[in-house]
Amino acid sequence: MSSVAALPVSATSVSGASSVRIRISRDDIALRSGLLLLITLLVVAVVFPLYTLLSKSFEDMDGEFVGLQNFREYFETPALFNSITNSLGVAISVAIIVLVLAFVYAYALTRTKMPLRGLFRGIALIPILAPSLLAAISLIYWFGNQGVLKSWLFGASIYGPIGVIMASCFWVFPHALMILVTALSTADARLYEAAEALRTPKWRVFWTVTLPGAKYGILSTGFIVFTLVITDFGVPKVIGGRFNVLATDVYKQVVGQQNFEMGAVVSLVLLLPAVVAFIADRWVQRKQVALLSARAVPFQPKADPLRDWLFFSFCSIIAFIFIAMLAMAAYASFITFWPYNLSFTLDNYDFDLMDGGGWEAYYNSIRLAIYCAVFGSGLIFLGSYLVEKTRGVTWLRTILHLGAMLPLAVPGLVLGIAYIFFFNHPDNPLGFLYGTMGILVICTIVHFYTVSHLTCLTALKQLDPEFEAVALSLKTPVWRTFRKVTLPVCLPALLDVASYLFLNAMTTVSAVVFLYSPETMLASVAVLNMDDAGDIAPAAAMALMIVYTSACFRIMHALLSRYLKRRTQVWRNQ
Amino acid sequence: MPESKQAYLHIENLTKYFGEFVAVSKLSLEIFSGEFICFLGPSGCGKTTLLRAIAGLDPQSSGSITQDGKNISNLPPSERDFGIVFQSYALFPNLTVFQNVAYGLENQRLPKEEIRKRVASLLELVGMPEHTEKYPAQLSGGEQQRVALSRALATSPGLLLLDEPLSALDARVRVALRQEIRALHERLGVTTILVTHDQEEALSMADRIVVMNDGRIEQIGTPEEIYSTPASPFVADFIGVMNFMQGEIFSGKVRIGENTFSCETANIQDGRKVRLTVRPEDILCRTDSTSDQSVSLNSFAVKVESLEFLGSFCRLILSGPEGFGKLKADLSTHQVHELKVTQDSRLTAEFPSRNLRIFPESS
Repeated sequence: MSSVAALPVSATSVSGASSVRIRISRDDIALRSGLLLLITLLVVAVVFPLYTLLSKSFEDMDGEFVGLQNFREYFETPALFNSITNSLGVAISVAIIVLVLAFVYAYALTRTKMPLRGLFRGIALIPILAPSLLAAISLIYWFGNQGVLKSWLFGASIYGPIGVIMASCFWVFPHALMILVTALSTADARLYEAAEALRTPKWRVFWTVTLPGAKYGILSTGFIVFTLVITDFGVPKVIGGRFNVLATDVYKQVVGQQNFEMGAVVSLVLLLPAVVAFIADRWVQRKQVALLSARAVPFQPKADPLRDWLFFSFCSIIAFIFIAMLAMAAYASFITFWPYNLSFTLDNYDFDLMDGGGWEAYYNSIRLAIYCAVFGSGLIFLGSYLVEKTRGVTWLRTILHLGAMLPLAVPGLVLGIAYIFFFNHPDNPLGFLYGTMGILVICTIVHFYTVSHLTCLTALKQLDPEFEAVALSLKTPVWRTFRKVTLPVCLPALLDVASYLFLNAMTTVSAVVFLYSPETMLASVAVLNMDDAGDIAPAAAMALMIVYTSACFRIMHALLSRYLKRRTQVWRNQ
Repeated sequence: MPESKQAYLHIENLTKYFGEFVAVSKLSLEIFSGEFICFLGPSGCGKTTLLRAIAGLDPQSSGSITQDGKNISNLPPSERDFGIVFQSYALFPNLTVFQNVAYGLENQRLPKEEIRKRVASLLELVGMPEHTEKYPAQLSGGEQQRVALSRALATSPGLLLLDEPLSALDARVRVALRQEIRALHERLGVTTILVTHDQEEALSMADRIVVMNDGRIEQIGTPEEIYSTPASPFVADFIGVMNFMQGEIFSGKVRIGENTFSCETANIQDGRKVRLTVRPEDILCRTDSTSDQSVSLNSFAVKVESLEFLGSFCRLILSGPEGFGKLKADLSTHQVHELKVTQDSRLTAEFPSRNLRIFPESS
């Protein structure tokens, strides 16, 4: 990379000559302006709101600066303070459980010849299509007060830590699985051959080759699961009962008690573990790069009937549970009055008769998802292109990259509250956005910016860095190379990002729950509100609508990707 | 190159820092119109940095570059006049061979028919008239590099920059393409700079070679000059194979241990420590243990330690008297048979005066 290009040379004084300044071409001006524009956007959409949130936590209700008063109050309120231990307990438990289950599942998918691997993989990814609330709703039907398997809990209540942990395990499972599958797929067959040649027993190969190879993937999974769970608010809201966690406290303080200052304090407390996990994960990721650079021979598992059937049984149990979760919610959504009248009905889908926004909420969600997919992927791709391909101005590119990484450390709830404080401020010229679809789109794009940015960056880094040099020598304007080469080559990654944004916009609750207005009610929020109002069956029905929509979109995306892959197969080196 | 000719490319006092690291240090160089120049040196010597500075891709920290009488030091690459070919080919993967070569031409808003003709003739020139509708991934490495070459030449640049263009290719393809690039240069006469770490490539292709080390020029000269009269121990060692011996100037001759050698010692004063160099193929060997050794001043007795068969010739590892270390000497296979050389044979080695070069040790 020519990142060192126009560095102001510190050592110039040594040479005694003045530094050479290359005249800036029109392309450079365009690219640098783009960088500045995107940095401005990110500062307005991320940094300013977070700053407002921070300053809010040091103010009283009248906006007077009161120092650490709010924090003192917070730590002196046992009800609030207990949430910290509750949150940590749940997040750590889920991280451990999911790590073990997902590792075995991922191992079965990548390292065995177990039959139906593709099917198992597909089933495990189902939760991605649904809001996290779905699992909680389904658990209520299985184990709740009227649940079919209530007796299995031996008197314990599902409304509390048990339910929160179970539901959380369900919805974070695919996130963990995807990372672990990647980590386990990058094995070097030669290491295994060497181990075998040295007559190493299988358990020792596992401890000395397999686990160390997946070490960073495992650590990364742990951090990501921890962050997802500690910042999730849907599950504890629905099934937490009296069990308070940080995420529900924020919601209660802000939406319930309108105590914005205390809400700000709790969000900052919530921000802390998320930031720590983020930094730890970044550190782990950096280590991993060195590991992957080796030229490896891909590992091909051999058949081993006993092992394969053992893993098959394990995966079948997990897959069965996943299907049972989804199926129960789907079934319950067609039931007239659980558990007394089990006759079939479509009434629960008559959302317009319920509190919670009606079908309009569903259409709003689709609108939001499309806007996010179209504008978000375009903007994020442009941003990553500028970071990767602008010549010179290393410091500007670094700032934009850091700005793009920041949202990953900010939980959705925190972002949502920060947006209230920032955009609802009477002096903010952008205040007109408050309560519109616009703010939902901005917030959602920002919320899921980082992963999309990294996906685009990975795709761009696979291009030969000399393309731009060649184009320059051929006197081609930069936009032409962007349009004729960069964009077509990166199209699959761009589609992935659009799909990622669409699915997340459909299912997200955490940030938007603070920002919707009666006109911009969303399906995922409607699920929450209907559940809150006791309309659990309609809530399940709406959650299912989200699942169906996401699944359709996912299938369309898969078909489009396949078509694209086939069309471009000639020039892609497979 | 005739001295009267005006330099086409003039580099003066060029320095490039990467942070604290000096990649190129106060380098000055003149390249004449139509010349084929090679920047040769080990990796990290600054040759690619120099090339990228000439292209404007990684601008120099200080110093100036003048091309065709115009100071281009401050121009962005898009306003300079060059075509470039990289080791990685850098062909646009989603464009066909035709579209790749036409890429720069389409920019000049030429009529379609003209572009078509020009692309066809360019591909003809590099020996690839067919395959125009194929994608780069469907071509071999050698073919891809030919396409990259014709793409670089399409806009008729005044300067052709080749950044290790052959390094990624198979040995056979490399040798063939070497000759083709050279022939192409002969035909088009475009001033060409080739960066390489492969001395054989430089020796066989260049009009003049610029040998670089540690960001500095060690020597500029024709392949012949560089090989037979290296200007520094570095060049002597880097180009070809060379024997080095520690010696001392003693009344206009070089003394190593008990032996003295006559050779060109210029005006180096007595007692100065020097390094004596001789190429393996210049060492003469004979089996005259019976005859008087003092007949020839530059001769001494050696023992054959080992023999390495290298096809057309054999490399002998010889151990000489104190101070000579292990010497490498190349003998034709024919000679080896004639002299009946085997391991442990005793021979007389002679260093012909005209093939000896000395370098004063820096004190």
